[in-house]
Amino acid sequence: MKSFTDYSQQMQRYHIQSTPDPYRPVKEYFQCQVSNMGSEMLPMLNGWYVHEGESLTTYPNGVIVGSLKAALQQYPELVKPFLKAQEDDADPLMASNAQQFTDGVFLYIPDNVKVEKPFQIVSLVNSREDLLVQNRNLIRVGQNSEVSVIQCDDSTRYGKTFLNVVTEIQLAEHAQFHYYKTENKEAESLLFHHLYVNQQAYSLFHSNAITFNAGYVCNNIRINLNEPFAEANLYGLYLVDKNQHCDNRIRVVHHAPDCKSRQLYKGIMDDEAQAGFLGHVVVKPDAQRTVALQTNRNILLTDKAKINTKPFLEIYADDVQCSHGATVGQLDDEALFYLRSRGIALRTARKLLMFAFANEVVQFVEIQALRDRLSDMVQRRLNGELTICDQCLLHNAEHSDMIFPIDPEKL
Amino acid sequence: MLKIEDLHVSIKGREILKGVNLTVNAGEVHAIMGPNGTGKSTLASVIAGKEGYEVTKGSISYNGKNLLDLSIEDRAREGVFIGFQYPVEISGVSIANFMRTALNEIRQYRGLDPLNGAQFLRLMNEKQKVVELTDKLSTRSVNEGFSGGEKKRNEIFQMAMLEPKLAILDETDSGLDIDALRIVANGVNQLKTKDNATIVITHYQRLLDYIVPDVVHVLFDGRIVKSGPKELALELEKRGYDWIKEEYEQGKLR
Repeated sequence: MKSFTDYSQQMQRYHIQSTPDPYRPVKEYFQCQVSNMGSEMLPMLNGWYVHEGESLTTYPNGVIVGSLKAALQQYPELVKPFLKAQEDDADPLMASNAQQFTDGVFLYIPDNVKVEKPFQIVSLVNSREDLLVQNRNLIRVGQNSEVSVIQCDDSTRYGKTFLNVVTEIQLAEHAQFHYYKTENKEAESLLFHHLYVNQQAYSLFHSNAITFNAGYVCNNIRINLNEPFAEANLYGLYLVDKNQHCDNRIRVVHHAPDCKSRQLYKGIMDDEAQAGFLGHVVVKPDAQRTVALQTNRNILLTDKAKINTKPFLEIYADDVQCSHGATVGQLDDEALFYLRSRGIALRTARKLLMFAFANEVVQFVEIQALRDRLSDMVQRRLNGELTICDQCLLHNAEHSDMIFPIDPEKL
Repeated sequence: MLKIEDLHVSIKGREILKGVNLTVNAGEVHAIMGPNGTGKSTLASVIAGKEGYEVTKGSISYNGKNLLDLSIEDRAREGVFIGFQYPVEISGVSIANFMRTALNEIRQYRGLDPLNGAQFLRLMNEKQKVVELTDKLSTRSVNEGFSGGEKKRNEIFQMAMLEPKLAILDETDSGLDIDALRIVANGVNQLKTKDNATIVITHYQRLLDYIVPDVVHVLFDGRIVKSGPKELALELEKRGYDWIKEEYEQGKLR
C-alpha cells in the first residue's frame, strides 16, 4: 500500500493545464471500437471535458450529461449540494481535489428512466509536460432509474501523468448503477480514483475495476449504505507485471439494516509487481441483518512479486452474516495434474487455470460486448500478447513514440 | 501393450507396492480387485505419473517404451487414460474448452492437424451419447457441482473423446447407483475394440456383471497374489477376502 505516501511535494513537480485545449479532436480520436458496445462517448482531454457543441446536453427524457464546470453554472442546485465527499474522507488527495479540480463529467438521470446505452468516459492525457489532472465527476441516478458507466483512462507516451479523480455517485431509491473501469497508462503514471457512493433504500451499486496496465493505480471506493435493502457489489481484477502496482482500498459502511455488500477481488502478480487490498466493512449498531461478504484471492508468479492483503470487518450489530477471507498461493497442483493427465502440457494447463481464475471476475460484467472484450483481453494478457486495449483508436500505434494529433494514415 | 515387472513403489518412505507383475495385451479387459489399502489406487497413480510416488525397483513398459521416463502429459498423448476415483473440480474451465485443448495437444503430438470448431462440436455431440450426457455439458465447468455419478460419467466421456489405447478405471463404480453404473459400464463396453485394453480397478464384483473381464487379479499387500478367469470375481464376492489373507499368510500364494 502506498497509502501513507505524502504526494504534496510530488504534485508540485507537475504542470496543471488551466484551460481546455484549443484543438479538440473529439470525433476523430475519441473512438472505442469494441464491437456492439454502442456506448455514448464522454471525452475528457488533459482534465477538461471536450465537446464540439454544447458543453451540456439535455435529452428529451430529462437526462443531463456533460461538463461539470458548465453544470455548476447552469444547474448549481443540482450539483453543489452533492459535492461533499471531502467532508467524509480525510484523505489529503480528496481535499486537494475538492479545492483544485478543473472539470469533470456531470451525469443526471431523473426518476424512472432506464438508459439503455452505456456512457463511456474516456479520459486522455496528452501533453509534452508532466501533467497533474484533478477531475471531479458527479453522477446522480433518480428513483427506479438505471444506467451504466464505463471509465477508460488513457495516456499517450509523452510525459508523466498524475491523475487524481473523484467521482461522487448518488443513488436514489431503487436506482441501479453499474460502473466499469479500466485503463491503458504508461509505466510512470500515477492514477488515483476515488469513488464516493451514497445509496438510498433498495438501490444497487455494482462496480468492476479491471487493471491490466498501470504504473501505479489506486482504486479507492467508499460506500455508504444509508437506507435499508441497499446493495453494493464490488469486483476487481488486477493482472500486473514488471514494476506495476495496483491498490484497491474499500470502505463499505452499513448504516441501515437489511443491506448487502459483496467484494470479490482477484489478482495475478508477475515479475516485481505489487498489489494491495484493503477491504474494510463497518456494520453500525442499527444495521441488523447485514450480509457482508469479502474475498481476496491472489496468485504470485515470482518470488519478487508482492501482495499486501487486509480484509477487515468492524461489526457493532449482533444479527449479521459476515465473512472475509484472503488467499495467496500458486495454482492448484491437483487441478494441474488432472489437466496434464489428459495430454495438456504443463504450460498450457497453467494458462487455462490462470484464465479461469481471472475470468471469474470478468463474468460479473453485465454488458456482453464489454465482457467478451475483457475476457479476450485477459486471455491475451496471459499469453503475453497484449499490453494495451487495442480497440482504443489512440493506441493502435502500439509502442511507437506517438505524436498527437496522431498520423491520420493510421486511422 | 503393458508390461509391469517387479514394481516396487513407496510413498514417503513407506513401501506400498512390493513387486507387482502384470501383463496386459491389446483387446483384453483386466480386473484388479482387493480389499482397501492394498495398493490398487497407488498402481493407477504411478501409471498416470502422479508426483509423490517413488519407484524404488522394477519397470513399466508400455508399447515398448519405458513409461516411467515419460511426462504426465506424454503418457496421455501416447494413449494412456486414467479414470480417476475422485475427479478434481476445476472452476471456470469449461468442459468444451478442456477437451478441445486436450484433444488438439494430443493431435499435435501425433502430427495431426487440430480439429476446427465445427469438427470438435460434432465429435463432442457424438461422444456425449456414449454416456447419455446432455447438451448443457459443454458450457459447464469441469466437474464443478457435479454429482458423484455425473463426475464418473464425465470421466468416461473424456475417455470416449480421447480414445485411449490403455484405459485404467480406478474405482469407477464407487458412489454410483445402479442406473449410473449401467450407463458407465455401457460406455466402457461401447469403447472396447480389439486394439485397446482396459484395466478395471474395483473392490466389488458388481461392476463386473456389466464389464466382463478376461482376467481377474487380486492385489494384496502390495503384490498380485492370485489371478484367474472371471469366475474368480464371483468367488471373491461369495467368500470375501479373508481366505486370500489366510492363504497368503500360510505362504500358499506367491
